[in-house]
Amino acid sequence: MAAKSTLVNMALCLFGVCLVCSAILAGTYALTKNPIEEASRKALKEALSKVLMAEGEISSEAAYIDLDGVNYEYYTQTAEADSAVCWAVKSTVIGFGGPLTLLVGVERNGVVHATKVLSHSETPGLGAKCETEESFIRQFEGFESASRSLKVRKDGGEIDAITASTITSRAYAKAVENAVAVAAKIQEGLQ
Amino acid sequence: MSKFSILTKGLVKENPTFVLLLGMCPTLATTTSAINGLEMGLATMFVLILSNIVISLIAPVVPDKVHIPAYIVVIATFVTVLQLVMQAFTPQVYSTLGLFIPLIVVNCIVLGRAEAFAGKNGVVDSALDGIGIGIGFTLALTVIGIVREILGSGSVFGFKFIAGDGILAFVMAPGAFIVLGYLLVLFNKIAKKQ
Repeated sequence: MAAKSTLVNMALCLFGVCLVCSAILAGTYALTKNPIEEASRKALKEALSKVLMAEGEISSEAAYIDLDGVNYEYYTQTAEADSAVCWAVKSTVIGFGGPLTLLVGVERNGVVHATKVLSHSETPGLGAKCETEESFIRQFEGFESASRSLKVRKDGGEIDAITASTITSRAYAKAVENAVAVAAKIQEGLQ
Repeated sequence: MSKFSILTKGLVKENPTFVLLLGMCPTLATTTSAINGLEMGLATMFVLILSNIVISLIAPVVPDKVHIPAYIVVIATFVTVLQLVMQAFTPQVYSTLGLFIPLIVVNCIVLGRAEAFAGKNGVVDSALDGIGIGIGFTLALTVIGIVREILGSGSVFGFKFIAGDGILAFVMAPGAFIVLGYLLVLFNKIAKKQ
């Protein structure tokens, strides 16, 4: 049965338990640090290759730019002549359930190349479909933001929202819109 | 109690979800699909077995007044280990369940078994108890997940057999309560007959 409680043995016991547990955690952290970084690098690489063009060199380091007080992370894709042709902008907005982070590939003239959800906390079965529903995601591919409106139909735009998930769809469109604006600013800086 | 009955009591007689009604938060929140329920059950089982083993080992030397903080530290350690390992090797699973993994610390099944069983029994018995209760919890979550996925999305383990959306309410919180309620009735009716 449990030992009798005295101040000394209580303190010693908790000290001992915490010491051993911290050691175990430190060990696990050290062992998993590299695999975790590897996994997130791999995920980013996959996402980048999906939203950018098939050809061209992708910058390995992230660059940052400010727009309307928000800091955006982006990657540049350069073609042969060393000129930038496409940008992948990480764009976060508040969706229905929390932050919704997209990686948006934008071409030179403001055309959306492709989009991919990096993380979301939308309702499973409803808003979470923004990650899987082909017909929704396809709409953004090749979307000419210069001449068309990146808003859901309910708001007078041209994006068909996911059934019963207007808020998520609206957030998604907003994230793409922001990314396009960021890409425009990046291009301004280049000229 | 024989070793065999320690192992099997978690399945029906003391099923953590359907009989003891413990750990309702992850049960309701993560069972939106069969695979999510299964993964959450397995994650909890991992923590349950390891914490039961360690707690049964340290229980004799832990002073009575600090036994709960000591147990919680042990449980939290294993949960964090699990979290790091999942992040490193199964990032896909981690991204769907990520939010609920840290919450295993406060899952009353884990501390409940530590208090009610592992603190008073030997290592082997505690490990068996962890396995039994863990399997019971995993099965319960998977069954709830299967029912909700069939009704809510028209699929099982991601394989769609009905075109269209299903009844969306079953994927959301109200559906979780409704399915759990009916399964509780069904389970207890069958279990009592035996």
